[in-house]
Amino acid sequence: MKHRGLFAVIALAVVAAACGGAATEEGGPLTEIGDGEGKVVIVAWPGYIERGETDPAFDWVTGFEAESGCMVEVKTAGTSDEMVALMTESQEYDVVTASGDASLRLIAGGTVQEVNTDLVPSWSTVDERLQDAPWHTVDGKHYGIPYQWGANVLMYNTEVFGDTVPDSWSVVFEETTLPDGSANTNRVQAYDGPIYVADAALYLKSVRPELGITDPYQLNEDQYQAAVQLLVQQRQLVAKYWHDAFVQMDDFTNEGVAASSSWPFQVNILVAGGAPIASTVPKEGATGWADTTMMHKNAPHPNCAYKWMEWTLSSNLQGDLAAWFGSVPSVLSACDTSDLLGSEGCATNGLGNFDRISFWKTPTEDCNGTAAAGSCVPYRRWVTDYLAVIGGRNPYPAS
Amino acid sequence: MQTTLPRTPIRRLGERLYRHPRLKLALILGLPALWLVGVYGGSLISLLLNSFFSTDSFSGRTDRTPTLDTWRQVFTDANMAVVVRTVSMAAAVTIGALLIGFPLAYYIARYTRGKLKATLVLLTLIPLWSSYLVRVYAWKLLLAAEGVIAWLFDQVGLEGVLAGLLRTPVIGGPSLSTSFLGQFAVFTYIWLPYMILPIQAAVERVPVSLLEASSDLGAQPPTTFRNVTWPLALPGVAAGSIFTFSLTLGDYIIPTVIGDSSPFIGLAIYSQQGVAGNLPLAAALSFIPIVVMILYLTGARKLGAFEAL
Repeated sequence: MKHRGLFAVIALAVVAAACGGAATEEGGPLTEIGDGEGKVVIVAWPGYIERGETDPAFDWVTGFEAESGCMVEVKTAGTSDEMVALMTESQEYDVVTASGDASLRLIAGGTVQEVNTDLVPSWSTVDERLQDAPWHTVDGKHYGIPYQWGANVLMYNTEVFGDTVPDSWSVVFEETTLPDGSANTNRVQAYDGPIYVADAALYLKSVRPELGITDPYQLNEDQYQAAVQLLVQQRQLVAKYWHDAFVQMDDFTNEGVAASSSWPFQVNILVAGGAPIASTVPKEGATGWADTTMMHKNAPHPNCAYKWMEWTLSSNLQGDLAAWFGSVPSVLSACDTSDLLGSEGCATNGLGNFDRISFWKTPTEDCNGTAAAGSCVPYRRWVTDYLAVIGGRNPYPAS
Repeated sequence: MQTTLPRTPIRRLGERLYRHPRLKLALILGLPALWLVGVYGGSLISLLLNSFFSTDSFSGRTDRTPTLDTWRQVFTDANMAVVVRTVSMAAAVTIGALLIGFPLAYYIARYTRGKLKATLVLLTLIPLWSSYLVRVYAWKLLLAAEGVIAWLFDQVGLEGVLAGLLRTPVIGGPSLSTSFLGQFAVFTYIWLPYMILPIQAAVERVPVSLLEASSDLGAQPPTTFRNVTWPLALPGVAAGSIFTFSLTLGDYIIPTVIGDSSPFIGLAIYSQQGVAGNLPLAAALSFIPIVVMILYLTGARKLGAFEAL
């Protein structure tokens, strides 16, 4: 169960809350790196910073400690909320591996500082599509270094689908007959985190263009209601929502589940075990997550923090981490250099899907700052309503 | 001749305590009382206070202006469905555990001694030594559509019975592991030891002489059971049922692994707190199990469950 910690991580990476607060700005980023302070303290998802204790092959910490003289201390956090709380309420942490649903809150709250990318020589090796990503770049300023990303793919059973690759999320949202001749009722799954409302919205964006959905995380009342009604309809098809990656793998092998949104992580393990499983990103695109290494405004060890950020971009770390996590490196050269990842690893984990992924953001009332307050349905309501939907209720019955 | 013992500080302290029994009591009970009142009661009060705050929908921060809004959100249709689901499951599990646990406990207490008794008690306890998670996940495999239990039904030609059970509305589902039936089985299995042990202890304390007297006076075994054994074992049953009921009420792991993902109270609280960051609503929801337990304990008291304690 060497991966036990890391799927919990990804599971919890979904988690978030509404955001806010006025940005405060004091001083600027470092302009040069001095001597290390002897240590660096990192807030990270469990399994994200490995020093070979879980599996000796996966170690990207001891090399850094030997090279930089900065001892790494890790404080794991299980949810984005916990990460935000740790960073906001304490002065002892240097950097955090923030997901897209936490990073903007940290920036808006003035908790993290701008990063001087000139001091991170490997910045130029970062995938160009990530360099100015909106979840860490505000007003042209970079507030972090991209770490890794991944997509929520459509996993399916190849014995059920035969040679037909499912090309639409409709197989999990609409009642239909699967290629093996049976209905999809009770044979599909959905994710049980409220962020899954965005998956419904992403599907509606394609099939009901009249709703005018542009961003699945910025839904007005009508768009949101449509997404919730789609999920209510989906409830009739779903025997169980998936929550834990290993339980989902069991559902595919022992419960006859044929299709579901999933992570490359499960796909990789099932395929490695010889299960008749494949995955795809359907024509509507997919949701996904992208994590960023961000630095505390008052980081007590700024020099070591910069050294760590540079280290996170080394292709060995990126490749090994991607192999460990089922994610995609932010440094593309890592795709060719890691034995653990293999030559096809990046492709398997979804490298080619970048443009078709809507990366996780926390839905806020002001549409992530793009509109007046009250224009978008905030995450708080996503949580309550999705709980009701899973409980078999329609939170907005037709009047 | 009188010898005076040296008045060491410890001795002086002892004398002082002897003269002031209240001080002694305070010293002995002070720390536990502080724990109970401060840490335990204090958290409850802070929970209660939090439930009268609200979450600002713009910033997501807790707004500390007293309001009843949060409590209004508690009494929605969806939340009430969660409460009904959880309480029904807790009640069903308690009854199930009682039906299985009482005969077992009675047998262990009355008909075994020595090594056999030790072995049976040990067998009851052994499941508690392994991780709760491991056991829940193991049940997931047993109950799966292509799992051991479905296979057994197939082998003995009873697949029709299983299919019929699963077609039953509400408790059925596509497979055992995604039905309330499977959830009930796992809950009952997991909490059964907590029912057996208190009942066994209670039955053991029923004096055999009373049973003999009852029999001497001409009572048939059922009458003896109804009028002597059951009333005297009731405190044990009450204790066991409080365990099974409250543990089921608060569990939030089993409903995510077994069953159709319908939320239970614990899961709803967890989602509001851990996922949504809506502490006030989570705090308000936390009062539902507390109120349910108070009602349950009051009911148990009315039935006389505590009189024999």
